[in-house]
Amino acid sequence: MKLDSKVPEGPLEQKWSQHKKTMKLVAPNNRRKYEVIFVGTGLAGGAGAASLAEMGYKVKAFCIQDSARRAHSIAAQGGINAAKNYPNDGDSIYRLFYDTIKGGDYRSREANVYRLAEVANNIIDQAVAQGVPFAREYSGLLANRSFGGAQVSRTFYARGQTGQQLLIGAYQSMMRQVQEGNIDYYTRHEMLDVVIIDGVARGIITRDLVTGEITRHEADAVVLATGGYGNVFYLSTNAKNSNVTAAWRAHKKGALFANPCFVQVHPTCIPVSGDYQSKLTLMSESLRNDGRVWVPRKKGDDRHPNDIPDAERYYYLEERYPSFGNLVPRDVASRNAKIVCDDGLGVGETGLAVYLDFRDAIKRDGEDTVRAKYGNLFDMYENIAGENPYKQPMRIFPAVHYTMGGLWVDYNLMTNIPGLFAAGEANFSDHGANRLGASALMQGLSDGYFVLPATIGNYLADVKPGTRYGTDHEAFDEAAKKAQDDIDKLLSIKGKRTIIDFHRSLGKIVWDKIGIQRSKEGLESAIKEIQALREEFWKDVYVPGDKNNYNKYLEFAFRVADFFELAELMAKDALDREESCGCHLREEFQTEDGEALRNDEDFSYVSAWEYKGVNGKLDTELHKEPLEFEFVELKQRSYK
Amino acid sequence: MCFRVFVANEKVMSKNFTVHLKYWRQDGPTAKGYFEERTLDTVNEHMSFLEMLDVLNEELQLEGKDPVEFDYDCREGICGSCNLVINGQAHGPKKGTACCQLHMRNYKHGDKITIEPPRAAAFPVIKDLVVDRSAFDRIIEAGGYVSVKTGSAQEANARPIEKETSDIAFDYATCIGCGACVAACPNASASLFTGAKIAHLGLLPQGQVEQSNRVVAMVDQMSAEGFGDCSNYGECEAVCPKEISISAIAEMRKDYVKAMFS
Repeated sequence: MKLDSKVPEGPLEQKWSQHKKTMKLVAPNNRRKYEVIFVGTGLAGGAGAASLAEMGYKVKAFCIQDSARRAHSIAAQGGINAAKNYPNDGDSIYRLFYDTIKGGDYRSREANVYRLAEVANNIIDQAVAQGVPFAREYSGLLANRSFGGAQVSRTFYARGQTGQQLLIGAYQSMMRQVQEGNIDYYTRHEMLDVVIIDGVARGIITRDLVTGEITRHEADAVVLATGGYGNVFYLSTNAKNSNVTAAWRAHKKGALFANPCFVQVHPTCIPVSGDYQSKLTLMSESLRNDGRVWVPRKKGDDRHPNDIPDAERYYYLEERYPSFGNLVPRDVASRNAKIVCDDGLGVGETGLAVYLDFRDAIKRDGEDTVRAKYGNLFDMYENIAGENPYKQPMRIFPAVHYTMGGLWVDYNLMTNIPGLFAAGEANFSDHGANRLGASALMQGLSDGYFVLPATIGNYLADVKPGTRYGTDHEAFDEAAKKAQDDIDKLLSIKGKRTIIDFHRSLGKIVWDKIGIQRSKEGLESAIKEIQALREEFWKDVYVPGDKNNYNKYLEFAFRVADFFELAELMAKDALDREESCGCHLREEFQTEDGEALRNDEDFSYVSAWEYKGVNGKLDTELHKEPLEFEFVELKQRSYK
Repeated sequence: MCFRVFVANEKVMSKNFTVHLKYWRQDGPTAKGYFEERTLDTVNEHMSFLEMLDVLNEELQLEGKDPVEFDYDCREGICGSCNLVINGQAHGPKKGTACCQLHMRNYKHGDKITIEPPRAAAFPVIKDLVVDRSAFDRIIEAGGYVSVKTGSAQEANARPIEKETSDIAFDYATCIGCGACVAACPNASASLFTGAKIAHLGLLPQGQVEQSNRVVAMVDQMSAEGFGDCSNYGECEAVCPKEISISAIAEMRKDYVKAMFS
């Protein structure tokens, strides 16, 4: 299979505008003859569905939640980047592009990243016009802040609820189109398969999560905007219903899955307190601007943290990285927390936590100043952890936060299956091996508002308007039957272990061996453990209830079944990538100082995996899309 | 006020304790509902309320019984999926907190806890504690938006907006659409939900152009869905996890009257 990225010719800064000039258009009177399905209604899906409906296409939008307004985009706190350069601090589209591609450790496509930086300014205009209440200065103009170590202030924000406000903006635009009759809106519906006819995506199979009914939907193009797969770890900062099922089912139908091992771990989350823990809560990493990270020097030191004198505290980030200290990037901070805990220096009841201490900041600036900056985060911590961070250090631990990998797409966001598109976190396209802060919202909205409306039209222009095979076509029959059979099979097992029990065990393997640090030995054993546990799952899982009623545990059962297969692919991908880059640290490939060692000569490629079946083990074929860098020079990171 | 179990300088040690649960069971919208009771011995003070229900569901499944269905997603207080009524209070006892962010340290050994779905004619029960809140979507659909097409927006800073106005609009925009306001209202009114959107958009110049049409369409839709009228009880404001002020309803009424006479 030859992977064609379809990146347009020409200078970097002209690629997108040239492409827009030459792409085909669909005449307005023809647009209503085309149907486009959006699966997922977060920032990418919601924005895309609204925009295509406004253009006059017939849109069907599906979400698993009870309303499009609940998609997990809503939980993003920090902000959204755009190179408006309002603060006049030297920002530019090129600089935003450069920071994003460097942050991704040179494992993303130059052209995609440049386009992202280019359209970001339009996103801000669009959101403001919708009534998104971004933070403002007393002048009445929009406020910016610096985020995630950026040297310029380019982040737009809406208190700590930027994702919520942007999502509500997209949701409202979508609801306007529902009212106008341009969108058929399906809530509590889950996609179980993509229907492919003559090699082209022609529709989907869904399950009504209230009645259990399996339904068929035909369309001229299908967009998957179904988010990331962080919940493969069981515990993550993702919402409980976030899952890989739609993307994975598309993968099983032939769509390539790219860079599955690229998973971002966020260093400042509230630690696990027990087995009952269902999710992890993230606290903004801005806390590291004033908090100092440490553990006791002595193993098993169970004194209260306030009673441990400075000389017996190991400020490991400050000692190991004197110039960046507590502000090292997310992956470096996460990895070092894991290392000290693995060495037995972790704190708290579980030993899986490090201290983040504001004692010195409070002494220096006063409690009121610290409260003004971090008051809401301190309150959130106290509510969850039951400890007062003004009086004693917080306990923090890294948690899985975002998945850079996803369905392989070309420059037009189309997968290798014609007519099947992937947008937002569900695709792999823009963040390389690591995502910069405040760029997830940017990518979701860029894909939805600006890229898909242009590229889907270009694709549909070559599809004969009004082409219909009918939902009684054998491809629909087959897919619908398979979807129902899988559900029946799960319900018939009636084993002894609960779904959550299996998911928790799977998550532990993935976290320990395909998490912050990976090794050949660990990955090989992970593959064996995953295979064995998967076999046990299919023999011994207990799925309660029945199929023709609201049954959340049944939903979890098929999502966990898909996570079991994805987990093996992640391990295979991590094993193949014999280098360290971005979030991916292979123990065998480090500098003498223990820093990530990238290998541009041999691994400057996108790993795009083809599914070949599961039979005890996952069979795959690896395709490589070489990454060529015409415009930036590749540099090794150093934070010493 | 937060009931605080621990004070500074005290080592945190978690112990399990027991609560007596009484939760609503209902097989479907037309089925007859009933309360089921069960004692749970493995409650931990660090658990969230929903994690406590997860533990209950694990126990039920291991006995071959059906788990209790309830809605949730983000479990960090922002998606608005969860909406349990706990001991008669929407989202439970903690002010400004969605029930997914309520922790079991707010309860003590031997407590009796009753859990119900939000009860309103416009929120029919789907199963157990899960209700259908699609009426909220239809209220937004009626006019809760600014009619701007993708790509036709002007430069974001072309129109300055007073910081104070923008901040107040933001306070209304924080609504998470959970429906606690409806559950708490003796009239099952959706006025706080509807008013919050009307006030958010109506305060901003972007939204003012369509405000008259919006307020009439949304209020009419609210009535058509079977929500009651507002009689100023103020219960909605008291339970709102985002602490949205009841002044949203005043804004809505003011704009409604204005629209009627224009």
